[in-house]
Amino acid sequence: MSTAVRVHDVSKRFSLHHDMSLKERVIRFRQDQGEEFWALRHVGFELEASNTLGLIGANGSGKSTLLKIIGGILTPTDGYVERRGRIAALLELGAGFHPDLTGRENVYMNASILGISRKQTDKYFDAIVDFSGIERFIDNQVKFYSSGMYVRLAFAVAVHVDPEILLVDEVLAVGDEPFQRKCIERIKQFQQDGRTIIFVTHGIDMVRQLCDRVIMLEKGDVVIDGKPQEAARAFRERYAPEVEEEDDIRGTGQMLITDMMVTDGHGHRKERFEPGDELGFEFVLDPKEPIDDPVVGVAIYNHVDTLIYGTNTSLRNFNLGVVDRKRRVRFGFGRVPMVEGQYFVTVAVHSRDELVQYHWLERQISFKVYSPAGEPGVLHMNTTVDSLDA
Amino acid sequence: MLASFPSPPTLERALSPQADEALVRINAPQTFFHGFTPAVREIWQFRELLTNLVRKELKVKYKDSVLGFLWSLARPLFLLMVYWIIFGKFLKAGVPNFAFYLFSGLVAWDLFGSTLGAATVSITGNGGLIKKIYFPREILPLAAIGAGLVHFVLQLIVLFSTLLAFRYDFFGWNLLLLPLAIVALVIFMTSVCVFLAAANVYLRDVQHLLEVFLLFWFWMTPIVYPINTAINAMSKHTVMGINLAQIYLLNPMTNIVMGFQRAIYKFKVVHTPGGSVQTLYQASDSEYILRLVAVAVGSLLLVWLAQRFFARAQGNFAQEL
Repeated sequence: MSTAVRVHDVSKRFSLHHDMSLKERVIRFRQDQGEEFWALRHVGFELEASNTLGLIGANGSGKSTLLKIIGGILTPTDGYVERRGRIAALLELGAGFHPDLTGRENVYMNASILGISRKQTDKYFDAIVDFSGIERFIDNQVKFYSSGMYVRLAFAVAVHVDPEILLVDEVLAVGDEPFQRKCIERIKQFQQDGRTIIFVTHGIDMVRQLCDRVIMLEKGDVVIDGKPQEAARAFRERYAPEVEEEDDIRGTGQMLITDMMVTDGHGHRKERFEPGDELGFEFVLDPKEPIDDPVVGVAIYNHVDTLIYGTNTSLRNFNLGVVDRKRRVRFGFGRVPMVEGQYFVTVAVHSRDELVQYHWLERQISFKVYSPAGEPGVLHMNTTVDSLDA
Repeated sequence: MLASFPSPPTLERALSPQADEALVRINAPQTFFHGFTPAVREIWQFRELLTNLVRKELKVKYKDSVLGFLWSLARPLFLLMVYWIIFGKFLKAGVPNFAFYLFSGLVAWDLFGSTLGAATVSITGNGGLIKKIYFPREILPLAAIGAGLVHFVLQLIVLFSTLLAFRYDFFGWNLLLLPLAIVALVIFMTSVCVFLAAANVYLRDVQHLLEVFLLFWFWMTPIVYPINTAINAMSKHTVMGINLAQIYLLNPMTNIVMGFQRAIYKFKVVHTPGGSVQTLYQASDSEYILRLVAVAVGSLLLVWLAQRFFARAQGNFAQEL
């Protein structure tokens, strides 16, 4: 395999002063040039051709800067980048689109900016218009387009780039779900073509789906460089959303939830699960005054705040009756049906008509699920694989 | 809903990097004296983008206006009228066919002045592109020049139609000076545009300074007055042993405008009932040619210098904008 991109000990410094007038220049002359910060520090790696690299990291970690340096848009302060082959950078959909030009004119403009020749654009023009689904408006000025039409047209042009190395910034993060699916589909097609792809993303799931390799940056340093599965795990560990710590009580406080814990379903505290382990919650209801017929609810959310499961005593036809002293409540869920990840628990106690919230504990406790295979998705299925002569 | 995907574009070329193709260092540092030729080669590779940018600039400027392109003629024609009334009628510049004299110089200056203005803000005004896309940045000032040239050609057409309509006698060998003068002007203009576009990124004062300086420069160029009045007045003074008139004649725009005037207005001396009038610079045609060639060659050197300055500056464009 040959190397397609080599990043050699690249550092990038930005200085944070910015008034470019003559007056400022004269005043500041020979003074210190303001604050500096290193967006990248000694970043180095080699990427084999036909591989897909995902760059991840929190905001401000330098991943977009690195992408721009590889693309030649920024020059590094130290170090250098070497590349082999034609490159195209999709850092923005519709780069160079001008609102006053028609859709048709903008397609040609945008295409030439992305390095697609006029001849090629002529050839793909019908396909581009067809895909964008705005045949009727192609000769209207783009300023009259809805934002959806605009993005679809821009994307239709972008998918026709024909580079050996493709750089993609978070353009994929825009648009609705079908649109994102199209983007991923297209990236997979690029992969099958054998193109080298580097893309920046926040979506850890996308990394698992698409990448052969992941580099994670933190404040300009490479902190992880490896297989997507390991990287995804490390990413979660580092950026585990903190459980929320709250002092003030949400709700009326007539009844409190205390001693909340995640258990193995049999009363023993447990925080780390494997698929197939049993899961349970336990907590104590502490009434400040006797409460008649309270309802206790629990909910489980995943790392992107999707509700995985929620239930309450009313739905389970369980009656607590009058609670006038501390009472322990146990929920048992059986085997953990979720894929690897971190999960957050919300517990609440309220009146049966839901008009009075006594106490509400939001995401104050979490547990983790590890699965050896680290499959993507939401649900962990009991998969069996078999093969027979057909 | 989204329509189904278009069939994937067929690849124009095998995808796996060619064995014979080496890893290329991106934005490799260049010494000051090397790198001009590769830069020119790269700009040539991006010529399609250049023509598209020129087209865009022209389209966008007059989109949605009823008169469209005619507006590009309105300004110089209006200026022409004003100068003709003030200097031809009120102040009596004393040049026969003063309107044509004016026009032949003004057409050159208008290209120069308006293009400089557009090119200076071409980088700063396209920050969005520069931060997101790689292309040789010189393309942007060059696109401004391209758009200016289109307007220039239009104005030339108007100029020559007017000359024909008034049966003005401009035919002759003198017309051969015109292409030479245009070439000299374009080369000189390119150097200034490329330099200013880069300088303005670091020092936004440049664009304001330019406005003021262009005004001064305009009056230091013999466009609305006959050059002989200026030379006569200046030759009486010397600065550090150098005759002011000689300094005046060093102005590249003076030489270029002189070329335009000789090519279009044609007559160096006009015989009128009141006596003969010296209209253009009093010199042989070979001196005219020599001056234009000197400007062109000197400007080539300036283009090289400007590009080298630009190349040094452009590494940080994306973060300065």
